[in-house]
Amino acid sequence: MTQFLQALINGTSLAAIYGLIALGFVIIYKSTQVLNFAQPALMLLGAYWVVYFATIIGWPFWAAVLMAAGLAALTGVLVERTALRPMVGKPVFAVAIMTIGLNTVITVVALDLLGVETRQVGDPWGLKFFQLGSLNIAHRQVAAIVAAVILVAALLAFFKYSRFGLAMRAAAFDQEVALTQGVSVTAVFAASWAIASVLAMVGGLLIGATPPGLDRSAGVVALKALPVVVIGGLDSIAGALVGALVVGIAEALTTTYQPIHAEFLGRNFAQVVPYLVMFLVLLVRPYGLFGTKEVERV
Amino acid sequence: MKNRPGLIGDYRADSAIFRNNVQRFWIVVLLVAAVVLGLGGTIPLIPGLIDFSMRGELLILGVSALFASIGAIGLNIVTGYAGQVSLGHAFFLGLGAFTAAVLGGTEVTRQVFDLATGQNVEKTVLVGYGLDMALWLPAAGIVAALAGLIISPVAFRLRGLYLAFVTLGLVFLGEHFFRESETLTGGVGIGRETGIPKLFGFRFDQPGEVFGVFMTKPQKLFFLGLILLVVMALVAKNLARSRIGRALAGVRDRDIAAEMMGINLARYKMIAFVVSSFYAGIAGALLYSAIGRLEPASFNLLLSIRYIAMILIGGAATIAGSIMGAFFITFLPRIVRWMAGLWFFGFISTSPAGGFVTASQFEQIMFGGLIVGFLIFEPLGLYGIWIRVRNYWKAWPFSY
Repeated sequence: MTQFLQALINGTSLAAIYGLIALGFVIIYKSTQVLNFAQPALMLLGAYWVVYFATIIGWPFWAAVLMAAGLAALTGVLVERTALRPMVGKPVFAVAIMTIGLNTVITVVALDLLGVETRQVGDPWGLKFFQLGSLNIAHRQVAAIVAAVILVAALLAFFKYSRFGLAMRAAAFDQEVALTQGVSVTAVFAASWAIASVLAMVGGLLIGATPPGLDRSAGVVALKALPVVVIGGLDSIAGALVGALVVGIAEALTTTYQPIHAEFLGRNFAQVVPYLVMFLVLLVRPYGLFGTKEVERV
Repeated sequence: MKNRPGLIGDYRADSAIFRNNVQRFWIVVLLVAAVVLGLGGTIPLIPGLIDFSMRGELLILGVSALFASIGAIGLNIVTGYAGQVSLGHAFFLGLGAFTAAVLGGTEVTRQVFDLATGQNVEKTVLVGYGLDMALWLPAAGIVAALAGLIISPVAFRLRGLYLAFVTLGLVFLGEHFFRESETLTGGVGIGRETGIPKLFGFRFDQPGEVFGVFMTKPQKLFFLGLILLVVMALVAKNLARSRIGRALAGVRDRDIAAEMMGINLARYKMIAFVVSSFYAGIAGALLYSAIGRLEPASFNLLLSIRYIAMILIGGAATIAGSIMGAFFITFLPRIVRWMAGLWFFGFISTSPAGGFVTASQFEQIMFGGLIVGFLIFEPLGLYGIWIRVRNYWKAWPFSY
């Protein structure tokens, strides 16, 4: 039982990381109809800024995070303006492939900056943990869950209550109608890329806080946000969160139980579980758990 | 009609493989040039000024490009012609490569101390049957095609982006499978020897006399690649211009409308996936048997993206474009190294640790940048550029 609960907690903190990155995907997809495969690269670059300001320059951690968030937002806006704006109105697939190209370019830059060694993000949580009954809960796990909850709540409140949030929802619903009502759709595009980039950066920061730290393989972790959004449905924020929980917990449970009960599946099987879950969900529900079914007029 | 050879008057002429004599002429010129280059000859591009020959490293790259072309044609069938985005091409390439390695490779055994009996026993480390290429090459295609057959019901249920995701997952699941089945693949970082390219006792991987001409290993492989590519390209072209190709184009352009006109979506998506995977399997088997070694970690998402880049840069839904793209992407590292030698690209460093960017990093950036650039400026790819250039000169001097 302890083992099971421990796996649940590990899974939830994983889910927090996946959820943040996945939320970025969904926000970009909803407001610009672009599937952003460049999210892993944005994550790496964002996390690098934290590494740079917190450990290389030696700023206080929170100042470094704020600065990194600013730079991440700027990167998002720049990418949208230079690469995505010319593609408005092109087929969805072409744009998606283009973000793969972008991902390659940005990843090379980020990895070049990051270097070959494993980097620490200079977070205050370290390897400390506290005990709850017989469970070991690391500070960073709590931090991940708290950060995710706060960010998600803030974003939902922003979409629901603020004027610009309403504008973003309007643009997501129908760009042309939103335009005629005076919504600046270009500002919405820029904002959604900025938000997604910052979310990716926070995700990267949390990955970097997980031992052993931030290294070249972090992009693979960020890619797992793809099955998360697909399981939830590409255009559903709630779906992304549910998907993150499903994937995170499935992965943690596999890490705990598969080496004992199903050893034949091989080492590191947990790493591919998200994709397996995605397969199964898509076979039953082709548009994910909460995705809108496409209705087409012929 | 006789006096106007360029006029296309009926459907037969419109759907011919080569639509006019100019195309027929140039294809013959290209083939002759390829044969001359393969034999080690030199072609004067501008007589007396620029010569072109393929020797040493260039010829080896040429061999890879020929085999990669087969894979690119395969991806173009499913993604270009049928419009089903597949990011899973690396998985099918890997299946082909490993099938070839298992069937055509040699068995490796090791003495292992058995605790139960206290004696050394022979244990198989790597499975290999040492079969002939006439067996392993088709088998590689068929195994990959079977995998494609299993995937196609999923493709029937899903559309567009969701399909792209599933095929993406396929790459990761496949990579895991390749990593873990160590007796078949050798395991990560170790890999294994590939199938030996010997056809009815004729070795492609050793230098020797062919019809009285001495040929090196790359030369032999070059001609193998050339012949196979011509055959596979013709088959694909015929598929694309026949009933199946038209049905696939219908599925791509508007699947609902195609279904209304009596095209069985499940059937044609299945055909597209099976044929595409077959091509990928053949290409994977050949590519790695030319290199001689393969490693499970190389069949990752990056490889899939390379092939996507080939058909995007070459031109989607064209056979000639697939070949152009495959050649371009295969020769890209070489082009980048040539660029690094020019003064205005002085920021590219040829040593792995110096300069602003290293050559391999710059290659990656070029690679991403080319995908982005082609999608923004020339969605038809190199093929589209060729069409534009041709039309410009066709109408010259009134080309505006």
